[in-house]
Amino acid sequence: MNKRKSLSGERRAKTALVGVLSVISVIYILPMLIVLMNSFKANTFVKTRTFALPDAETSVGFANYIKGMTFGNYPFMKSVLFSLVITLLSTALILICTSMAAWFIARVDSTICRACYYLFVFSMVVPFQMVMFTLAKTADSLHLNTPWTIPIVYLGFGAGLAVFMFTGFIKGIPLEIEEAAAIDGCGPIRTYFRVVFPMLRPTMISVGILEIMWIWNDYLLPYLSLDRTKYMTIPIHIQYLQGSYGSIDLGAIMALITMSIIPVIVFYLTCQKHIIKGVAAGAVKG
Amino acid sequence: MKRGRASNGAAVNSELIRRPIRNSFWLFLLPTLAAFMIGFVYPFVKGFYLSFCKFTTTSDATFTGISNYISAFKDATFVHAFWYTGLYAAVSLLLINLLAFIIAYLLTQGIKGSNIFRTVFFMPNLIGGIVLGYIWSMIFDGILSQYNTSILMETKYGFWGLIILMCWQQVGYMMIIYIAGLQSIPEDMMEAAKIDGASRWHTLIHVTIPNLMPSITICMFLTLTNGFKLFDQNLALTGGQPYIWQDDGTVVKTTEMLALNIFNTFYGESSGARGVAQAKAVLFFILVAAISVAQLKGTKSKEVQQ
Repeated sequence: MNKRKSLSGERRAKTALVGVLSVISVIYILPMLIVLMNSFKANTFVKTRTFALPDAETSVGFANYIKGMTFGNYPFMKSVLFSLVITLLSTALILICTSMAAWFIARVDSTICRACYYLFVFSMVVPFQMVMFTLAKTADSLHLNTPWTIPIVYLGFGAGLAVFMFTGFIKGIPLEIEEAAAIDGCGPIRTYFRVVFPMLRPTMISVGILEIMWIWNDYLLPYLSLDRTKYMTIPIHIQYLQGSYGSIDLGAIMALITMSIIPVIVFYLTCQKHIIKGVAAGAVKG
Repeated sequence: MKRGRASNGAAVNSELIRRPIRNSFWLFLLPTLAAFMIGFVYPFVKGFYLSFCKFTTTSDATFTGISNYISAFKDATFVHAFWYTGLYAAVSLLLINLLAFIIAYLLTQGIKGSNIFRTVFFMPNLIGGIVLGYIWSMIFDGILSQYNTSILMETKYGFWGLIILMCWQQVGYMMIIYIAGLQSIPEDMMEAAKIDGASRWHTLIHVTIPNLMPSITICMFLTLTNGFKLFDQNLALTGGQPYIWQDDGTVVKTTEMLALNIFNTFYGESSGARGVAQAKAVLFFILVAAISVAQLKGTKSKEVQQ
């Protein structure tokens, strides 16, 4: 009797817990819903009736979205495109180059390799402000200031974490597999791409997720390195609109923010398992 | 365990594998190394050198010794930014970790739908700092405008606004690490505590938290370094406002944090202060690096204890 009572008590406690967590979840999603709501309102009502649903008086339909597209004489879709190009190119470059470098470091394992490795690890603790001025100047003088060349800057500044994570993983791979490949006559290139590369898949996904999250949202590096008269990314575009006008159309800004969040949320919901795993792996190692 | 395997692998590492790889240095190591030189090593060394110079661009530098560092320490805005950042980092460290731990603890009690909750709590992490800043400045101004004020009007609004924003963003991240830590606590240890008649509270204090120390250390230092390095959110939420004009003409931006202060010194109105900005950046680097080294030492000693 007593036991049954405590069991049902525990069940009740769990139901209450689910209730509490549901309330917190709703509060958590609320900011995003408020942005969505306000993206349909006329400018003046965003400030005065922020938390009301758009109604006949305040709503402007999709006008904010149309207006936001051409705001500030720079098409928003161009920024989206450049963000996409920079993120994909940089991530691909980082994954391929740093995994190869990590394999070299782990397998050759000479004094120079170890020195390089510690230099890469060291770069992980250096904040961007330390190098930003000189890095921007260097990028500019080497013409690394376009979306097609800035991936090299990302490879250089982001190499630390990637090399660190790949080296850790490669050192755990048994050497016998590669020895067998070498005995069978595989050169280093074939051994790497046919044997090692497929085994790196889990780390590739973790590193890739971390790099995508960083580069897609990065503001300062592209802001300082890119030729801003020609190229903008989404964060630069939004900061530019907010910063350069005193009385900007807030409704249109909310429309742009909505458009920039939706692809991120779709990306998150489709590969959230990998994202959460990648974040946990990166945090524990970094 | 892991280290044992690694050194074992290195010992077996035969010339059969090593020599051909070493010969393809240009293909495997060179691209990353070259980019690393451009993107990190050269800017770092040059930046360090420039902190001892007076300059407006990298080519017109003249050596001035440590005068930049002296100016940096005398700069009221920098000193203010330092204390403001420290205060922010301490408060956010406590709040984020406390909330993240509570949520992680509740989510590992075997309730239904814990995966959905986890997904929701992590979501804000994917939104970039600039966008986050503008989302929250709209929300805070929506509330504060009803009292005829704004987040840009008072320092305390900016401070607590940033704390709320960062909690919203980072609690989910730390929660993931705490959940991983909680799930790795051996089941039989919890079982033993239950059989011994330990209450839920006692189990939490004497079994769960001591076993969670590695995760707690990671999260503490992660929130601390994130707090010190914060830039995007600071720029977008308040941009340093409100300002205070001092008698000697300097403007103290009351909600300006260290990273933003360095940025503003570099790219502000007077380009003559770039040497000072670079000196500030070096000091900032030393501060952040010291925290990271302390973390490394902290986690190492914890591992030995176990």
